[in-house]
Amino acid sequence: MSKLTIPVRKFDAVIVGAGGSGLRAAIQLSEAGLKTAVLSKVFPTRSHTVAAQGGVSASLGNSEDDHWHWHMYDTVKGSDWLGDQDAIEYMCRKAPEVVVELEHFGMPFDRTDEGKIYQRPFGGHMSNFGEKPVRRACAAADRTGHAMLHALYQRNVRANTQFFVEWMALDLMRDDSGQVLGVIALEMETGEVVAFHSKATVFATGGAGRIFYSSTNAFINTGDGLGMAARAGVPLEDMEFWQFHPTGVAGAGVLITEGVRGEGGILRNSTNERFMERYAPNAKDLASRDVVSRAMVTEINEGRGCGPNKDFVLLDITHLDPATIMKRLPGIREISIQFAGIDPIKAPIPVVPTCHYQMGGVPTNYKGQVVSDDGTPIKGFYAAGEVACASVHGANRLGTNSLLDLLVFGKASGDSVIADIKSGEIGLKELPANFADFTLARLNRLNTQTGGANVNETRLELQRTMQKHCGVFRFKDMLVEGVAKILDIEKAVAMTEIKDKSQVWNTARVEALELDNLIEVAKATMVSAEARKESRGAHVRDDAPDTAANPNGRDDVNWHKHTLWHRASNALSYKPVIMTPLSVETIALKTRSY
Amino acid sequence: MEEREKINRLRWRCTRRAMLEMDLLLGEFLDRIYPALTPEQADAFVILADMEDLELWPLVNGSRECPDPVQAEVLALLRNVRVK
Repeated sequence: MSKLTIPVRKFDAVIVGAGGSGLRAAIQLSEAGLKTAVLSKVFPTRSHTVAAQGGVSASLGNSEDDHWHWHMYDTVKGSDWLGDQDAIEYMCRKAPEVVVELEHFGMPFDRTDEGKIYQRPFGGHMSNFGEKPVRRACAAADRTGHAMLHALYQRNVRANTQFFVEWMALDLMRDDSGQVLGVIALEMETGEVVAFHSKATVFATGGAGRIFYSSTNAFINTGDGLGMAARAGVPLEDMEFWQFHPTGVAGAGVLITEGVRGEGGILRNSTNERFMERYAPNAKDLASRDVVSRAMVTEINEGRGCGPNKDFVLLDITHLDPATIMKRLPGIREISIQFAGIDPIKAPIPVVPTCHYQMGGVPTNYKGQVVSDDGTPIKGFYAAGEVACASVHGANRLGTNSLLDLLVFGKASGDSVIADIKSGEIGLKELPANFADFTLARLNRLNTQTGGANVNETRLELQRTMQKHCGVFRFKDMLVEGVAKILDIEKAVAMTEIKDKSQVWNTARVEALELDNLIEVAKATMVSAEARKESRGAHVRDDAPDTAANPNGRDDVNWHKHTLWHRASNALSYKPVIMTPLSVETIALKTRSY
Repeated sequence: MEEREKINRLRWRCTRRAMLEMDLLLGEFLDRIYPALTPEQADAFVILADMEDLELWPLVNGSRECPDPVQAEVLALLRNVRVK
């Protein structure tokens, strides 16, 4: 029985997160006349989408022949055949439409001399079913994500979307039937806790890259949507798959975009060798991200790393015309100077593989509806972008497909909400009497905890454990140990203590609540990775080596399936990969080589 | 707004930004340099921290000049922050 109540606000739709996918979903909903609230920990244009520098892929064919079916093939292959082929076909077919739409929203794309959208090559994107690199990435200099957010935000202002800025969503509200009824959220400025009661809830909270010690992700990426979903009994899918970006600045983690290699950048080892020629004779430095990461770590492990500790390799653009660098990659030059102390016009940049992107997430279908174990939609619940697992990225995402994902599935989730409200599938259902009890109990525990764990220290322990036991290369014993360690850390997270008990701008409380989300993602990742006894895409184990029966360690007989992690039991179940596209033939399983 | 609230709000806006680079840079600055700023410089820093990352970044690295003299002082200090 409920003892305490909190204020309730009612909306047609509540979107959590105001990055690219949240803003794209909000446009659909607000322009359809639905009363839409968008909650965000930060002002929308300060979302992490800004960090996507390189571009958004679409087979526009502006510079050379291209086709969505080739894009689909590349995405399936990039995913190491773990992506669902219905969702991948949907995304690649929709790509030209959503990119042109974005152009109409005011996106300042780079232009060719004829005035068309400029397109450049990008890792893993090929023409004619894997033949040779194709120019498919549409960009606005190296500020594509930033420009996209601004275009989407302005469109939302025009559509009267209601923003709740510096609010943190804490928990999902569900009723006994499992239907999602909204979220409970905390306003940082006042400390007030409010229920956002809605017909539809869209999660667009982004990823959880901060579970790793070395990460290109901004501090904001604490997996809040994943934590909320897991606590509400929604499984998390394919969480063992994390992309490590090949080129993070050694030491700082700061990202150097793949666009640098698209413009002609070359990776070199300590002997100055262009080593990617040995690992990927065709695509070379433009091979898929995990292929490049693995090659780099192999070079380092075999003693051909650079620097006094031989622990990084070099990204060389000194052979490019300085005018090209200044025009096409100005931001990269600035970053290299500030965080590596190197002007890339004069000397190569030290780089290492660094955690970058989460392929797994809240399970959805290609319509952006969150689905339960058997694939049926959970009423009232939608997700898009990095928090979601549609699954278009499978075991490994291709560069520029993330911005595409958030446009396509942000829009699709919005359209699904509209359709489900119109058909009567969802409506404003009554809240159960105890709707706030769980969240208020969590907050009360945190407020009254004594003799508990320090939040910063516990987070660091979590991040170091994930990095050491579940990084870009994975080892059986380390994973087994990692599971035990992360479950120990969970005990500390359950009794974090904060000294500041005040209501207004209590950032210590917010950071403790973020840690509650990080631990769910860390558990899901470690447990799922320990269980998957193969190498596939970004999940690479030393005990699943490259053999004739299992090329690259991939074991399709036993492991061609999606993982589902369940919080309540800390156990896994599996579901089949969808191999049937919407209109074309299945892209059959095949060894992935570039 | 009391001092604790002001600092906490500033901390949030310094360390929950769009880009890791700026989280690192501004977080480091807030801990190490901000406490020693003059009141005028502290006010200027709040204005700078409220800018978007891609607006602030060219001012930090000097590729764009800052017309405000106090903000320019703070930017010079920010530029010297070295992130390990």
